[in-house]
Parts: sequence; C-alpha cells; structure tokens
Amino acid sequence: MIVPLGHVFLLAGLVFAMGLVCLVAHRNLIMTLIGVEVMMNAAAIAFVAASLRWQLMEGQAFVLFILAVSAAEISLGLALVVSLYRRTGSIDPDRYDILKW
Amino acid sequence: MTLSAVIFYLLGIVILTATGLAVTRQQPVHAVLYLIVAFLGTAALFFLLGAPLLAAFVVIIYAGAIMVVVLFVIMLLQRSPHDLRLLSEWGPAVLLGVIFLAVAVSMVFKDDGSGIVLQGAVAQPRDFGRFLFDKYWLAVEIVSILFLVALVAIIHLGKRRETDADEDDVNPVRNPNGASHPTAEQRSIISNGVKEGHS
Repeated sequence: MIVPLGHVFLLAGLVFAMGLVCLVAHRNLIMTLIGVEVMMNAAAIAFVAASLRWQLMEGQAFVLFILAVSAAEISLGLALVVSLYRRTGSIDPDRYDILKW
Repeated sequence: MTLSAVIFYLLGIVILTATGLAVTRQQPVHAVLYLIVAFLGTAALFFLLGAPLLAAFVVIIYAGAIMVVVLFVIMLLQRSPHDLRLLSEWGPAVLLGVIFLAVAVSMVFKDDGSGIVLQGAVAQPRDFGRFLFDKYWLAVEIVSILFLVALVAIIHLGKRRETDADEDDVNPVRNPNGASHPTAEQRSIISNGVKEGHS
C-alpha cells in the first residue's frame, strides 16, 4: 500500500509542467535542453507508476527506452549547441540571424 | 498513512523543489546541480515504486553521465551566460504550464481509476532483464542502431571545419570567387558581423 495512483500522476504532471515552462521561457539553448530532460523524467515517473498499477513490466521496459532516447537526444543536442556556438559565437537562439538579410 | 506513503510525499517534495529551483536558475551550472538532486530523488522514487534496476540506471545514466556531459559543455562554452537573461516572457510560459497542468489534473482525477491505491511489488532485475530480452529484443537492437546514428552525427558535427578551408585553398580554380559557399574568411567575417551587430 503506497499512495493512490492519482497522486503519482499529479507529481509527474507538475514536473512535466515545470519542464514545459523551462523549455519555453529560457533564452539559453542549454536550459532548453534541460527542460526537455525534465519532461522526459516526468514521463518516466508516470510510466513506472502505471507499471506498478497494472503489475506489468511493460511500463518499466518503456522507461528503459525513454532513458536511451533521452541520452541520445541530449548528446546530439549538445553537439549541435557546440557546433552553433563555433559558427556564431553565441548560444542565444535570437542571434541566429545569418539568413536574415 | 503508511511509511511508504510518507517516503513518497517526502520524495515528491524533494523532486518538486529541486526541479523548480533548477528551471528558474539563470546560471546553467546551478540548474544542472539542482537537477542532479531531482534525478537522485527520482531514482529513490523508482526504487519505492518497485523498479530497482531502473533506479540504478537513473543514477548511472541521468545523474551520472548526462549531467556530467552537460556540465562539460557548459565549461566548453567559455562565455558566461550573463547576457543570456531570462526571457521577458515568463508570463505566457507560466500561463501555458498552468493551463496544461489544469487539464492534466482534471483528466487524471475525472477517472475513477486514479483513486486505486498502488500495491507494493518489486520487479527483480533478473526477471526484468529476462522479460526485456525475451519480448523486446528487437527494440533493444533498434535502440543500438539509434545510438550508432547519434554517434555518427555527433562525430560529424564535432569535427573541426579545417577540411573545408583546405578544400577552398587547394582548389581555387574550381571555385574561383567562392560564390557557391563562403570561404573560411568570409564565414569569420559573417560571424564577427553578427557578434558586433548585437553587442
């Protein structure tokens, strides 16, 4: 007997909303990537809770794949940020206006 | 209220506080450090919810590997992000988050199943691994291909661009005035112009 399922989903929803705010509000590409990580973390919490609710291991298997995709995504995103920083000297997305003449 | 419930609510407070502090920091380094706390709390929560293997993976991969990579990249970009102020659009962002949260909470609690109390159960790592490689071996292979693709892309992106400059220098005849794509000098001029134009 732990807690009602709704409380775990409420926690996951709160964390997801925080990640959403971080993703939208920040003007720093690294903080944007961190927001995506927070959202994936919230999704993982919801999956583990659902896995326990129905006593099936599919949810946990899915969390493992979320972990893998998240690792690939963050490493590729950081490589893109470094490449953009080398080209433009900034990690502010508002400054990427080379194509705007 | 059982002991498990007390632990759950404590962990929930830790996760929410750490995540809330992380997403409002101006310095990415502080955000990453708070996020490590949040991930450790998530790992403990996974352990509580009967997923010990996933708890270990979250500590190793999220809190260990990914956050260290992010820290390294922050150190790589020497420019301290002072000029990267927070967007003045906290209002719309928070409004968006609150609307999303209201919809999600109403959907969760409208369902009768949300009141079901979770029964404790543990997926032993041995059983979990057997299950994974028994039923989802194809997905595991696909994930390995995904990692290969990501690795190739990162190596390509991370390579220095000296090869392009050499090409331009060696073959001036084929590319007489650099019209098709900018040479290294032009590129540096462009980027300098961008930098100066805004500072």
